[in-house]
Amino acid sequence: MAKTVSDIARILLPVLVVVTLTGCGNIEPWVKPYERDKLADPIMALDGDPISTAYIQHVYEAREAAKGGEGAVGGGCGCN
Amino acid sequence: MVKARLAAAADATNEIGMIGRGLVGVFLLLTLAASHAGVLPDDRADVLYHLYDGGGVEIDGPSVLVRKKAGKSMSFVGNYYVDMISSASIDVVTTASPYTEERTQWSLGMDYLHGNTTMRVGYTSSVESDFDANSYSFSVSQDLFGDLTTLTLSYGLGDDLVRSSVDETFEEPLDRQIYGLGITQILTRNLISTLNIETITEEGYLNNPYRVVRYADPLSATGYSFEPELYPNTRTSNAVGLRLRYFLPYRAAIEGEYRFFTDTWDIESHTAAVMYIHPWRDWTFTGKFRYYDQTGAHFYRDLFARSQETNFRGRDKELSPLTSHTFTLQAAYEFIRDDGVATGGFIKRAKITASLNALSVDYDDFSDLTAQALIGEEPLYQLDANIFQLYFSFFY
Repeated sequence: MAKTVSDIARILLPVLVVVTLTGCGNIEPWVKPYERDKLADPIMALDGDPISTAYIQHVYEAREAAKGGEGAVGGGCGCN
Repeated sequence: MVKARLAAAADATNEIGMIGRGLVGVFLLLTLAASHAGVLPDDRADVLYHLYDGGGVEIDGPSVLVRKKAGKSMSFVGNYYVDMISSASIDVVTTASPYTEERTQWSLGMDYLHGNTTMRVGYTSSVESDFDANSYSFSVSQDLFGDLTTLTLSYGLGDDLVRSSVDETFEEPLDRQIYGLGITQILTRNLISTLNIETITEEGYLNNPYRVVRYADPLSATGYSFEPELYPNTRTSNAVGLRLRYFLPYRAAIEGEYRFFTDTWDIESHTAAVMYIHPWRDWTFTGKFRYYDQTGAHFYRDLFARSQETNFRGRDKELSPLTSHTFTLQAAYEFIRDDGVATGGFIKRAKITASLNALSVDYDDFSDLTAQALIGEEPLYQLDANIFQLYFSFFY
């Protein structure tokens, strides 16, 4: 387990450091604001209905052992 | 063996602390590079009815979410959610009696926007007759590189209390810490991605106080007997999830999703999903297929060879090796369109959404004891459930 966490840290930290250092420079956005009309379409919203997403995540967490990695923090059980 | 596992969990916790400190440092640097203005979530209200029906369990109830901005830099959100449970599940009918239960959950949160940095705080309280859960969360998001990238760091704290309806003196704590890192990245003018990494550490009473394990007992008429399960009191898990959504050449979208999960109980799982979204006039149709597969916990057995065979023991079917499939069909109808004129009073846009999930779970090592077969010859349990949601969404 410790190895897994360590592996993630080894991969992640250099990436973040590079991102940080380059971020302090002047990166030109390769997709300009006026080119984001399709991404602004509601069908491209990654979490268009948070009330439904939270519910279905709770259903899966009560019936499967895995949790996390989906960008939400929840609580409670209701799972017997 | 147990000491080695606990030591591994402690090592993992130390590693997480180091990662956390490193990430905070990196994030402070990122904050200094801030230059563009971010945006707060849209004001909206949702009223949802949910129904789960499968495996002898019926759970339904409402959920109401309201989000409203206050000025240009703050947004508040509140959610009220209820589960009304009527259970005669496989666990209940084999070792206990059917029961009804209610769980009520309140959540409050606030977003604060400063430049291109958004800070969020949240609190959730969940109450049922034998389980109280309090969760606190904090996160910071930073938009970078002309808003092509959003980096989010989050921390959550869970403070639960486990009780038992059959033993009034029983009360055990369960603490949880959640560390998260998220990166949302615009890759091209048609493609957006999001990567989420989450580590969860739990310490305390991780058992279910009602569940039991089965062991071979030659003195019993059935050939087996039951005894309480006993779990380790620590668990650390890591999950990495990636989603990619692509805008097709015509107006429709397709999404692919993958998540890997691993924990100190030797459970590994893979989740994969593909989704298609197709708008047509005032309608939006969505179809999704999700696949999930997990290995079992190291202390899980369907049948132990004897009483107290191992230090830790569990026969919780959610810890068994299993595979699940879910098909989802969803239709949304926009009955107030956002054409710049507020036709419904102050409401700019409104829609109604109906969604049906057909969930099927195949347990690879959990026998169906209701089949009354000879010991060792019971069929494996299989669960089919329908999950229905109907909700109204108002944007103002």
